[in-house]
Amino acid sequence: MWLMRPLQERSTRIFLGVLFASLVIVSVLHVFMPQNSALYVSAYTVTLLGKYLCYALLAVAVDLVWGYLGILSLGHGAFFALGGYAMGMYLMRQIGDRGVYGDPVLPDFMVFLNWQELPWYWLGFDMAWFAFIMVLLAPGLLALVFGFLAFRSRVTGVYLSIITQALTFALMLAFFRNEMGFGGNNGLTDFKDILGFDLRTDATRLGLFIATGIALAIGYVICRGIVTSKLGRVSVACRDAEARTRFLGYRVERVQLFVFVVSAMLAGVAGALYVPQVGIINPSEFSPLFSIEVVVWVALGGRATLYGAVIGAILVNYGKTVFTGIMPDAWLFALGGLFVLVTVFLPKGIAGLLFRTKKADNTDKPPTAHEAIA
Amino acid sequence: MSIFQELTNRDRVFEFLAPAQSPVDVRHGPILYLEDVSVSFDGFKAINNLNLTIDDGELRCIIGPNGAGKTTMMDIITGKTRPDTGSVWFGSRHNLLTKSEPDIASLGVGRKFQKPTVFEALTVFENLELAMAADKRVFPTLTAQMKPEYRDRIDEVLALIGLKELRQAFAGILSHGQKQWLEIGMLLMQKPRLLLVDEPVAGMTEQEMERTAELLTSLAGKQSVVVVEHDMGFVRSIARKVTVLHQGSVLAEGSMDQVSSHPDVIKVYLGEEA
Amino acid sequence: MSTFRLLSHLMFACFLLYSSLSHAQVEDTDAQQMLTALADSSFAQKKQVVSQIAGSGDERARGWLESFANNKLGRIESSGQFIIVLDNRGRDWTVESALTGKSLGEMSRRDIDTIRANNALRKELESILSVIDLNSPEEQIRLTAARALKGGVDDALAEQLPEWMSNEQSDSVRAALAEALAIYKVEEQGDIAAVATLSGSLNSQARAALQQAMRSDDDALVAAATGAMASIERKLKLNRAAETLYFGLSLGSVLVLAAIGLAITFGVMGVINMAHGELMMLGAYTTWGMQQLLPGQPGLALILSIPAGFLVAALAGIAIERTVIQHLKGRPLETLLATFGVSLILQQLVRTLISPLNRTVITPDWMSGSVMINEALSLTLNRLYVIGFALVVFAGLMLIMRKTRLGLEVRAVTQNRAMARSMGIKATRVDILTFALGSGVAGLAGVALSQITNVGPNLGQSYIIDSFMVVVFGGVGNLWGTLLAGMTLGTLNQLLEPWAGAVLAKILVLVFIILFIQKRPRGLFPQKGRAAEG
Repeated sequence: MWLMRPLQERSTRIFLGVLFASLVIVSVLHVFMPQNSALYVSAYTVTLLGKYLCYALLAVAVDLVWGYLGILSLGHGAFFALGGYAMGMYLMRQIGDRGVYGDPVLPDFMVFLNWQELPWYWLGFDMAWFAFIMVLLAPGLLALVFGFLAFRSRVTGVYLSIITQALTFALMLAFFRNEMGFGGNNGLTDFKDILGFDLRTDATRLGLFIATGIALAIGYVICRGIVTSKLGRVSVACRDAEARTRFLGYRVERVQLFVFVVSAMLAGVAGALYVPQVGIINPSEFSPLFSIEVVVWVALGGRATLYGAVIGAILVNYGKTVFTGIMPDAWLFALGGLFVLVTVFLPKGIAGLLFRTKKADNTDKPPTAHEAIA
Repeated sequence: MSIFQELTNRDRVFEFLAPAQSPVDVRHGPILYLEDVSVSFDGFKAINNLNLTIDDGELRCIIGPNGAGKTTMMDIITGKTRPDTGSVWFGSRHNLLTKSEPDIASLGVGRKFQKPTVFEALTVFENLELAMAADKRVFPTLTAQMKPEYRDRIDEVLALIGLKELRQAFAGILSHGQKQWLEIGMLLMQKPRLLLVDEPVAGMTEQEMERTAELLTSLAGKQSVVVVEHDMGFVRSIARKVTVLHQGSVLAEGSMDQVSSHPDVIKVYLGEEA
Repeated sequence: MSTFRLLSHLMFACFLLYSSLSHAQVEDTDAQQMLTALADSSFAQKKQVVSQIAGSGDERARGWLESFANNKLGRIESSGQFIIVLDNRGRDWTVESALTGKSLGEMSRRDIDTIRANNALRKELESILSVIDLNSPEEQIRLTAARALKGGVDDALAEQLPEWMSNEQSDSVRAALAEALAIYKVEEQGDIAAVATLSGSLNSQARAALQQAMRSDDDALVAAATGAMASIERKLKLNRAAETLYFGLSLGSVLVLAAIGLAITFGVMGVINMAHGELMMLGAYTTWGMQQLLPGQPGLALILSIPAGFLVAALAGIAIERTVIQHLKGRPLETLLATFGVSLILQQLVRTLISPLNRTVITPDWMSGSVMINEALSLTLNRLYVIGFALVVFAGLMLIMRKTRLGLEVRAVTQNRAMARSMGIKATRVDILTFALGSGVAGLAGVALSQITNVGPNLGQSYIIDSFMVVVFGGVGNLWGTLLAGMTLGTLNQLLEPWAGAVLAKILVLVFIILFIQKRPRGLFPQKGRAAEG
């Protein structure tokens, strides 16, 4: 079974080990340490870490398509946001009549806009199972339709990047509109509870953090399973010599579509776990800036390694938290500089620095065959 | 969507159940049949009323000066370029003009490019693995397992192309000649009915050329081989029948001796004054 | 209609007829007396004084009345001297003598007593001024005055109009007067013959008159008015279409300006420059800076900004090329990311060094206002200039590409880099020059944008996606494609806007392009043949 293969790999075992150890340590420090201890991890920090893990899962999804398939998606924020909105709609319906206007069915913003009844696409979101399926389905369907159209006509390279950026930009404009029925500018917020657990309690927060960690682990194993399968090697083949792969009899567009859809769904899950932890989803998640930022996390961590994406996402976002705390103006300088430095000086990212990988890369001058044998 | 259909399709025929050879109908003789094919780029006629027939099991060499349309012809056969007019048949059953590149490849048309293109980020072994004849749809590929008989087959080809020692080396580090061999190896793994080989010996040593000639002639009979080559010595060493292309159409056809004494051919190769 | 008004009109209208050619001046004492009367009397009395002034035949009368209507006629408190205020912004006002026209320099506004008019008076004044203007030797002034009369004709004036029309030399003035008279006749008398004159008129007063006629009891009148109205509606529709087209072309030329530099760098070097928008921003800020350097001369500053903006952006472009892009040859996706980083840095730089807020760039007088094509359609001048500017820039680039050595080399490198190099073309030099050219054009776009949009740190961001869409839609490496694509997208956007709203129109255009790319992955004008395989 292709999903079992990664579990036999040393790198995956190390990754999962570190991840689960971190989950346990954070939980233990949070629950058992006295609040005044230096080692105590506050609920705020737990949620912050949970947010980083969501970003890490998103970065893994981006790395899957960019690193292994060569598709630089500048629109993965759209899938993240769609997953987030699906979750947000569920949380919104859970508020019930506890909203400001006390309407048992309609969310506050709809009452405010004088809507008489729930739009059809909001139906069913009061049921958790339906919402959780939509978390996968909404981004998956968008990726399927978009990818089908784009890959079929062989739109690749920078063209595809620009088009994905246009996609997320168009969606951002659309979600800003009040008429869309997703809360417009303000988005969805004021959530009360999830699956019956109060979102404001520390226990729920810790639970969400652990759930995110597990989701990241599963997502990582799925991606690893794909890239170590024969399909993963075909993906790399598509990345490096698309036409050649076609002449071997592989339907490149379907390979691309499959991987793209899987990646979009993972991004959707990341978004869905993100929303209850930060307590809001609004159209800014669709902004092109966010999507392109994700790409730089991956680039910093190291392309086509998956664990590099996780490292990059956590590092950059930690940096962002620190920077915006002490000197907010400098953050964009730092981020901009990061884009330049990583691409120019660190093409293989941190992973390339840490581990002298055995992988040959076309960016490096390969040694001749004779050197390799000797 | 097709991949979901594939998942749920109960009529799916697994590779080990499918007939080993694709149903190419060659009862009438020719395996490849080009008729009145023309294509032009921005007014420039790259292929002009080309007629060409390749018999099953034949080894055919195609020569011609630069710009004669050799590569474009291969592009048309493999589905990369669509001609403006004309028809292209594979056997007497398959109209290649209605098929995509992967379809044509899985029907049994293999191609080696002029510039060797191998997957540089994959190992030699993996390159051959991907080329191997198998169910190449998405889900079968995802769940594919490496079986001993596949490994044997790959080892066999590795031995044949002399890259056994380099099986775990990345293809990116191979020399030009080694890449050529690897690509020929990939062609063999595909088990095609028709091999289109574009300049196979460019960058090869004298010895390697001899081995290539040997290999190609040994393939003929079981499979049909079309070789495009500039090296006249090489062509002479393998050719039974030679086609000369000029300005997108057939100038002459016959044995090497017949062709090289053909006045039109001499004119094209040596210039008007000669 | 007051008897008084009727009488006064008759009086000075007759007077004007014989005095119109003789530009006399009354004695200063009389003038002083009239103005004093105007200043000191009640609003009711002021009416009479106004007629007196108008009827005096004094050539200065128009200036007095106009200033009076605009609250710019005043008296110096201490000396009692009458003045006309030229500029009443700020604490000190620039004034001149009302009687001699001599400049009196600046004066504190506290020392000036403004002579006030009320709205009723102002309306009266408007009418009087236009009658005065109808006697001006300048055709343009007469025409404006005649147009202003539409809907403002009263019984007294109506009697005079036929005679004026017969004396009038200019056809257009006569037509305007005829229309003014016809509006009066339809409104006041229900004159069917006059309806025909109004048919096809674009004046809103004429439409109001016809609408009134359509409600009358006279069936014949109603029918005639309805017919005339229909022809007006047809004409209006045409005008609206023309207006949409104009807005579309104006938006389109902005897009072309923004995209054409990108088309050059993308087409020639295959480089996606995400900082292109910020180079435009630099151009816009150059204009602002230039205006800061040359206060009070916005026009000169703007003209100087054109070369300055080009230079600033081109130099910035060279810096980007040398420090970042040249290290990323053949890695287009990495180039995209790195230049995006540059764009973030440039934005933040502007926020830190100048201000996160928008800056105001002054539009010079000769660019503000609008050209009136007819009474329903007027084109704003600044947009007209931008359209012209875009076309000039496009033509200039075309010339560079077709006629210069650089253009030849650029085209050679675009088609086949390796071949061009082997023929002795220094590809690196061509890269630098191309990038400088593309960036400089971005700077020019910024200068133009500063005239029609806010100049702020986000200026570039709001155009970058649109400009990429234009390039992709038009086909890479084809300037004509960029022109056509920009104009098409601009017009499409404006066509969709009325029924979809601005945001939805934008979304629809984006979706349209995404779908279009599926059909034609290489744009409207793709490169063909071997060069395209790259």
